[in-house]
Amino acid sequence: MLAVLAAHAGLAVLAGLLAPRLGPRAFYVAALAPLSGVVLALAAAPDVLAGRAWGREVPWVPGLDLTVALRLDALSLLMLVLVSGVGTLIFLYCASYADRDSPLVRFAATLTAFAGAMVGLVLADDVILLYVFWEATTITSYLLVGLSDEDRTARRAAMQALLITTLGGLAMLLGLIVLAQQAGTTRLSEIVAEPPSGALVTAALLLVLLGALTKSAQVPFHPWLPAAMAAPTPVSAYLHAAAMVKAGVYLVARLAPGFAELSWWRPLLVSVGIATMLLGGWRSLRQHDLKSLMAYSTVSQLGFLTAVAAWGSAESAVAAALLLLAHGFAKAALFLTVGAVDHAAHTRDLRLLDGLGRRMPVLAVAATVAALSLGGVPLLLGFIAKEEVYTAFAEAEGTFATVALAGLVLGSVLTLGYAGRFLWGAFAGRPQPSGAEDLDAVPAGERAVAAQDVHAPGAGLVAPVVVLAAAAVALGVLPALLDPLVSAVAAPYPGAGEPVHLALWHGVTPALLLSVLTLALGVALVAARRRWGLLQRSVGRVLPQALDADRTYDAAVYGLDSAADVVTGRTQSGSLPRYLGVIALSATLLPLGGLALRGADLAPGVIVDRPVQIGVGVVIALAALAAARTSSRFAAVLMLGGVGYGVAALYVLQGAPDLALTQFLVETLSVVIFLLVLRLLPRRFPVQTRRSRLRRAAVAVTVGVGMTVLTLAATSVRVRPSVAEEFVARSKPEGGGLNVVNVILVDFRGLDTLGEITVVLIAALGMSSLVLTLRRGRPGADGPHDAVRREEPEVRAP
Amino acid sequence: MSTPAGPRPGTPSPRRPSVLFEVGTGLVLHAVLVTSLFFLFRGHNAPGGGFIAGLVAGTALVLAYLAGDTSAGRRAAGATPRPGVVLGVGLLLAAGTAVAPWLGGGQVLESGYSHPHVPVLGGVSLASVLIFDIGVYLVVVGLVLAVLSTLGEQAGTSLAPGGEEDR
Repeated sequence: MLAVLAAHAGLAVLAGLLAPRLGPRAFYVAALAPLSGVVLALAAAPDVLAGRAWGREVPWVPGLDLTVALRLDALSLLMLVLVSGVGTLIFLYCASYADRDSPLVRFAATLTAFAGAMVGLVLADDVILLYVFWEATTITSYLLVGLSDEDRTARRAAMQALLITTLGGLAMLLGLIVLAQQAGTTRLSEIVAEPPSGALVTAALLLVLLGALTKSAQVPFHPWLPAAMAAPTPVSAYLHAAAMVKAGVYLVARLAPGFAELSWWRPLLVSVGIATMLLGGWRSLRQHDLKSLMAYSTVSQLGFLTAVAAWGSAESAVAAALLLLAHGFAKAALFLTVGAVDHAAHTRDLRLLDGLGRRMPVLAVAATVAALSLGGVPLLLGFIAKEEVYTAFAEAEGTFATVALAGLVLGSVLTLGYAGRFLWGAFAGRPQPSGAEDLDAVPAGERAVAAQDVHAPGAGLVAPVVVLAAAAVALGVLPALLDPLVSAVAAPYPGAGEPVHLALWHGVTPALLLSVLTLALGVALVAARRRWGLLQRSVGRVLPQALDADRTYDAAVYGLDSAADVVTGRTQSGSLPRYLGVIALSATLLPLGGLALRGADLAPGVIVDRPVQIGVGVVIALAALAAARTSSRFAAVLMLGGVGYGVAALYVLQGAPDLALTQFLVETLSVVIFLLVLRLLPRRFPVQTRRSRLRRAAVAVTVGVGMTVLTLAATSVRVRPSVAEEFVARSKPEGGGLNVVNVILVDFRGLDTLGEITVVLIAALGMSSLVLTLRRGRPGADGPHDAVRREEPEVRAP
Repeated sequence: MSTPAGPRPGTPSPRRPSVLFEVGTGLVLHAVLVTSLFFLFRGHNAPGGGFIAGLVAGTALVLAYLAGDTSAGRRAAGATPRPGVVLGVGLLLAAGTAVAPWLGGGQVLESGYSHPHVPVLGGVSLASVLIFDIGVYLVVVGLVLAVLSTLGEQAGTSLAPGGEEDR
């Protein structure tokens, strides 16, 4: 399992390196990564299906008790089939789809990295590891959605996806940590096997589910998914149909065996799922862009999946597993179809596509199969899945199950409706213009793309669709092939008994009758396409715009921006005296507060050793007063220098030559640097109002008195012997130097010094760039000659 | 500032510093630089060290700058490295000394004094921390160079947009 993850990482780098040379063919190399996942799935299948999960543990950060714990059980196997199996096909498709002039390096490398993160996500057993892979998919998804970085829409979509899913991700991290603490283990499998309980666990689960619901684009977090269609179509097929958006469903399915019996679990999640399913289906029926149609269809199906996975009975687990597979195959195939059509016709607007089915019959047939499987038509995998869903909910007890079943049937009718609309839009001929108003007619001023205008898509674009459609047919006709897998997935649920047997014909059951009802209503919906469109438009006009989740998102982002603006405006006034005052007061008052709470002995020890110190002190005080009184900047700088020299003289008197030397030199340099800056400032300080002067005096006195008190306290609070003696004792034998100050600087506290000179370097760079930016920001201040000259330092040293 | 080809139109004519300062700078400049090296190398056993030595060299650079448009300054003209390079090399030396023992199997920042009985002035054993100190020296010199090359330029232009920064 580790080898597969390593293969993804290695191939991500390799694909990036090869992309400039091989062009889109680099995807053939990259396809080895998901292929390794398929190999893993095949190798592990016999053990896993027999109920023996594969596990692997490697210490990661032992100090923090973090482990790379991987576990491959039936649910992981199912996801791995989707992630790596469908992934392989999509990588092969990419090789034919990608243009040479698209950002191939980023595309190939990021897509491979994403595949790796996804594999890691479904294999992770440690909650922290799960979170790491979870966010890795978020980040790679951000990069993939924003692949065409010059496109404003793509950038907004990428940012929206990032913000919404990271919001959920962070909540999830918090929830996972609390959950792990309550359970006493970070192993997901152990948490689910022996679920903790209590109010804290409920809160933790809600947080975790927030992550799952945002990732799987559930109401009200769904708008990011349709927006993310700005990504290249294969990316949408992979991230937004087969793999990433399923992560939330996967997490729900992962937790359901342990927590589905909680009183709030089913009402909350099933309601959200069904609401999402209905909303997605409704919106999907109004889209003109085939890809948007598919996006809302995915939202709808994710709602379906969430509702079924959250139900958490053994029967519903079987249904969820089948639905995951059926949707993954069908939706990936349909997205790839959109890509192929777009590639051929250069438009995805179904109002403009006229009879393309004649030009690409193979694609049309394969897409029809996929769409019908999505709609749950018999002889296809989607039908088997839907039958199981209906059975699970029909057999469950309680009013809520019945209400949920009604919602699911309604959602399935919409599903058939948009599946039909997709096929009609992509491949059928446009109707002759008639007098009746048709929202799907060719818009005024546009010309439809007829079959003879387009070239047939290449085999590389059609083959993956055919393979996916064939899988839907094969598993739909022979569902018994999936018996071991779904039985193993259902095994952890309470009430799972004998192995499941899937069959095409169960006899006349309630589920079958519901299927017939769904089919009949769905066909009617497709047939009444035109009138239904008009109906939806009138309903849409009645609904208030406040219900538009995308607007809410915009308002939230805008609100955050303006709040940050206000806060920054209030706190960052740009006034240096104010900053200085805040810094000095905080540095004084905070420790003083601590001192006041704790109490300290302020009795001074030895204040004066020698009389001459008093003299120096008086000079320092006079210089400081003069610096404060003068109105000339130049005089103030000189006086400040005087204060510094005075302090240095005190160091000399105390017998600290290194310190004194440093102080003298720093003061000298400071005065010169001050003078350099002074040339750019007015000669005199501006005249202060009386209030302003008093305020400044108050700050100065507070800081001065406060520092005095702190200094007195500091000399009296020592409870341990000074490190100085130890340093002095160790200086010669261990540091090899007689100058203990220097030995401390370069040896005992070498790391501190390293940090300090790094700060010095950053300060120098910051100052340079700040000054240069200020100058550049003023046009006309300097000519091009200066701009060149600036590169050379003015100082000439011998 | 140093505009060797005489005053350009539009710039204030450079005022020559006093002759005394000019000549004095020419006299002491090299001495100060040598002093800085003296402080650098003796620092481990007597007052001095990389930081102090760097500051001394900094004062020398400031002198050279202030005497910039004079004969002494011109005589002193030579290849002055860019501040960024000096800063970078300095940090690299210091960080390299810190990491090198670790790469060799020791601890980060482990000094070359693994044998306490080696005489202090015994050449080789002094090396490792001295390189570290040279790194410190270069960073300080680089800082002064950076200050002079950015703030030292452009007399006559005000930094504050309104010409007034106290508010």
